Amino acid sequence: MKIKAKIMDSRKIAAALKRLAMEVVERNHDLKNTAIVGIRTRGVFLGERIQKMIEKSEGVTLPLGILDITLYRDDLSTVGPHPLVKGTEIPFDVSGKDIILVDDVLFSGRTVRAALDSIVDFGRPNSIQLLVLIDRGHRELPIQADYVGKILPTSRRENVELKLKETDGADEVRIVEEE
Amino acid sequence: MFKRRHLIGIEDLKREEIDHILDTADSMLEVSTRNVKKVPALRGKTVVNLFFENSTRTRISFELAAKRLSADLLNFSGSSSSLSKGETFRDTVQNIEAMHPDIFVIRHAASGSAQYLSSFTKYSVVNAGDGAHEHPTQALLDALTIRQKKGSLDGLKVTIVGDVLHSRVARSNIFLLRNYNTRITLSGPVPLVPEEFKELGVEVEYDLDKALEGSDIVMMLRIQRERLSGIFFPSLREYRKYYQMTPERMKRADKNALLLHPGPINRGVELMKEVADGEQSVILDQVTNGVAVRMAVLYLISGGTNELDH
Repeated sequence: MKIKAKIMDSRKIAAALKRLAMEVVERNHDLKNTAIVGIRTRGVFLGERIQKMIEKSEGVTLPLGILDITLYRDDLSTVGPHPLVKGTEIPFDVSGKDIILVDDVLFSGRTVRAALDSIVDFGRPNSIQLLVLIDRGHRELPIQADYVGKILPTSRRENVELKLKETDGADEVRIVEEE
Repeated sequence: MFKRRHLIGIEDLKREEIDHILDTADSMLEVSTRNVKKVPALRGKTVVNLFFENSTRTRISFELAAKRLSADLLNFSGSSSSLSKGETFRDTVQNIEAMHPDIFVIRHAASGSAQYLSSFTKYSVVNAGDGAHEHPTQALLDALTIRQKKGSLDGLKVTIVGDVLHSRVARSNIFLLRNYNTRITLSGPVPLVPEEFKELGVEVEYDLDKALEGSDIVMMLRIQRERLSGIFFPSLREYRKYYQMTPERMKRADKNALLLHPGPINRGVELMKEVADGEQSVILDQVTNGVAVRMAVLYLISGGTNELDH
């Protein structure tokens, strides 16, 4: 694995998330009807950070749900040993809510497709909006994000590596390439 | 990681594999609490319940597990099939195989039948109880229930009471629990708890009151009264006197001890109704956990591969 470029550090990630949090506030007039759902694993921590930022500036704590999309994947019959299911926890009724779906890196769009299927199994939200820290292109499905931290054009051979304090000890986004 | 394509018994599983199944089952529990109790993980797969021996509870548990994973399910019952017209086991299975299922769930009165099925079928096999050999999903759901209530399987004293000799549940539980730091004691009438079980690394204590002393887990086994009474013990009255679980006997165990039973229970035979319905009884938790464990097993084996088998 070769490191090709360091794209974001802790400060830049924080600044991007802050902007995204404000965009969420701007677009959703009724924050009391808004909830965040993070996609495991890193989407959950990004969702938590957005939740805290909105809480600080607006004084409203948005409910936070956790989504494990493993059981909704479209490649289960081809992946070999099945990945561990860590579980979904949505502690509120999604029906009628405006849901902010949070993921770390938007790539093929298949994870988001699975997440959408999973959320609608819990009820009928008023809307679902997609928030991602990085959009690296190469979509295989007609899916776009509503809030994007950074658009990062990459080649298919490259990989975007996102590290977060909560899981990896430090905040960092970099592009790596397999050798 | 779980790479197996079949689940025949607990005996050859490693501790990591057991933990992996239990962790997955923990996540599956949530699916059964949703409004839409269904996830698409096994969409397009066909599960065949091959029940050559009657068992309503295990069959419907596997049935719900398969359906909650969106698999299609076919129920085959030995008593109402061509078997009664003289067709062999293998012919029966090969006829169903020709219709392209994906997973066989088999219950059969003959020990080794699940192993035999896996030796010639190209599809996955889950053992739902074979003779007096193993009943792996029962031991897994027992372990999940204990883990939920006690936090861990390590450091527990477990007492298994009753007809150990004929019990596939007892065997699977012994094979599972010995992967953890547990102390297992068997108790019951001498003909039903042969000393040979000590070879599995367990203790045998025929005095139930002594066996229960300080136990964290009390596992009761079903007494098949029609089959055993008068042969393996003189009378039901005598069995009750020495081995029935009563509120008084339960007090010998640790005050936070759990009482498990694989069902169906014979109220008034192996345990009194005050115990079956008492605060320490987790019998209905076992039933709930059974569906989650079977979902985990069906999900995991359908990701297994051929070459890593056995």
